[in-house]
Amino acid sequence: MISIEDLSQISQAERESREAVAHQINVCVAASCLSLQSDKVKEELEKAVEAKGKKDCCKVRGVGCMGLCAAGPLVAVENEKVLYQGVTPEDAPAIVDAIGAEPVARIQGDLEAPFFARQQKIVLENCGRIDPERIEEYIAADGYLALVDTLTAMTPIGVVQQVTRSGLRGRGGAGYPTGLKWATVNKSQGTRKFVICNADEGDPGAFMDRAVLESDPHRILEGMALAGYAVGASQGFVYVRAEYPLAIKRLKLAIKQAEKMGLLGANIGGTTFSFNVDIRLGAGAFVCGEETALIASVEGGRGTPRPRPPYPAESGLWGYPTLINNVETLANIPTILRNGPEWFAKIGTAKSRGTKVFALAGAITNTGLIEVPMGMPLRDIIFDIGGGVPDGKAFKAVQTGGPSGGCIPESGLDMPCDYESLAKLGSIMGSGGMIVMDETSSMVDVAKFFMEFCMDESCGKCVPCRVGTAQMHELLRQISAGEATARELALLEHLCDVVKSTSLCGLGQSAPNPVLSTLHYFRGEYESKIAAGEAAAAGHTPPAGGAA
Amino acid sequence: MTPEPAKGAPAPKDNRWRLVEATMRRHGHKSHALIEALHSAQEAYGFLENDVLRMVATELRIPLSKVYGVATFYNFFTLKPQGRHTCVVCTGTACYIKGADQIMNVLEKKFDLKSGSTSPDGQVSVLTARCIGSCGLAPAAVLDGAVAAKLTPAQVVAKVEEWMSHDQH
Repeated sequence: MISIEDLSQISQAERESREAVAHQINVCVAASCLSLQSDKVKEELEKAVEAKGKKDCCKVRGVGCMGLCAAGPLVAVENEKVLYQGVTPEDAPAIVDAIGAEPVARIQGDLEAPFFARQQKIVLENCGRIDPERIEEYIAADGYLALVDTLTAMTPIGVVQQVTRSGLRGRGGAGYPTGLKWATVNKSQGTRKFVICNADEGDPGAFMDRAVLESDPHRILEGMALAGYAVGASQGFVYVRAEYPLAIKRLKLAIKQAEKMGLLGANIGGTTFSFNVDIRLGAGAFVCGEETALIASVEGGRGTPRPRPPYPAESGLWGYPTLINNVETLANIPTILRNGPEWFAKIGTAKSRGTKVFALAGAITNTGLIEVPMGMPLRDIIFDIGGGVPDGKAFKAVQTGGPSGGCIPESGLDMPCDYESLAKLGSIMGSGGMIVMDETSSMVDVAKFFMEFCMDESCGKCVPCRVGTAQMHELLRQISAGEATARELALLEHLCDVVKSTSLCGLGQSAPNPVLSTLHYFRGEYESKIAAGEAAAAGHTPPAGGAA
Repeated sequence: MTPEPAKGAPAPKDNRWRLVEATMRRHGHKSHALIEALHSAQEAYGFLENDVLRMVATELRIPLSKVYGVATFYNFFTLKPQGRHTCVVCTGTACYIKGADQIMNVLEKKFDLKSGSTSPDGQVSVLTARCIGSCGLAPAAVLDGAVAAKLTPAQVVAKVEEWMSHDQH
């Protein structure tokens, strides 16, 4: 029976053992830095510490994502607030030599830069600070405190009320109020209930969930257990992409550790509440991010959605009431319960509370992972934190929300980044992928790229999506190749409307979004392609695509 | 005592099959273990051959048509044997913006390898993935299981040529 006292003992012991060593050398071992061989860097650092006889004062440890993936592999010397970037294994001796002396200027990064200074971290608070493979470090960062405390001090409905008061909204994309969802599942009648964590991060260009799973897996487990307590479920599933082997490995390890300590399993903290977590692997189907398709996949079948209602909150996995929340949503829960809903509600804007994690990628200097308060203008995110567009090129558009979102031009950059403003701009918040495009990107081709994605990923169940995406893709191909006339463009616009209004699930309903938003803001690009097509049809010049 | 081969299970029950069986056992041979079983099978055998699909169908008491349906629905499963080396090119948005299509073009032009195809000598398979989540390292590819960052078409060509030359001796 683990109690608050046990947790504080573990936490105390962990802190003491850390303070006994003067210098912690943190090496990022999340997927991005790992693929740049940060594991070798770590090994060499350990060797260098040993060789230089600094074992008593230096300790090398692997930590999760520090965010600035573009500059990896990253190494931080914790107490000295020094960050090294682009570290190679050969740099290890120099780094160890520099401890307690002048840092190695050649590879030193700037921790005061806007990239770090302007962030506010809740979901990522432990990322890059703790070893994701040790539960003790999570506990030392006040982990599982909220769980054990809540189980003894609060009723399930009390937890639901706290989450409702915090104003947290679903971070998977749609922004449905989390408290409302929890209340529905709490009220639903069922002999069993389930909690599913949606970690099927299929949106290309998004890697927030992967980073959290790899860097702070216990946070998800704690969030799930709290959700289970609030809605009355005793079984949870994490539905995670098979494409994330490292995340799966760390999650499995975390589950084992939590079970061993009695933080998952039967009678957690000596209460009557029991909660188990199992992992289910996705198998590469974007549509499984849709909740009814995800449920079909957890049940072992093809991931095809079904009409709602009934909503999963009433009839979900095997027909039982099921709560489905995104990774980032659940990752907010422990902190909300620890610090109180009022604290959380103070961050962000009136309708979009808290922070949001974004994955910056594409034509941007600081590719990586950031967390900012809701409502920060897009311009600040891209040019201040993100460092703007590299190679002296001009900014053209930022794409948010993946294949379901839209492209936002320069003129929309001063809007605050929250659910409502992005919707007004014709895009969506989505799960947090933010892809910047410079002047060299053709927006017709970008629309074609996303349509090809939706065409491939359409599950085939409903006709508008299955046939519509294929037809729209063909029209976009013709336009892009300069083979189309105004007739094709009109047909494309008509099809966008049909597919949007008649598809069964979110995939089809939002598939036209990239086309609609590029048509809205960059119509000129379509029209110049059409002009080429018209000219070709009239026999003036050969088509631009060279199809003749 | 040697165990009788299960009905409709023509392939011998070797160590690879034991891995699949262990997964099914862990899930109590329930029908919802299908995807997990297929993951294990693909890991053990390298791809999902028809005999294995049949055996999984028998063990989990699911119609073969459903097993085949699931195996073909998900991109992660492959029903064809893979080459000795695999090159999975990420074609997610960030990699697209940074030129993943150029990598695919050069692979097709130079080696006649498209997504999902294997070189005639069985050395190299080229696949595409919808985002491997390494957007900060775009364009990226997974070369024999290891993520390779910020690739140029020339680097990929060099790697494939290196793989192909191995069978010469």
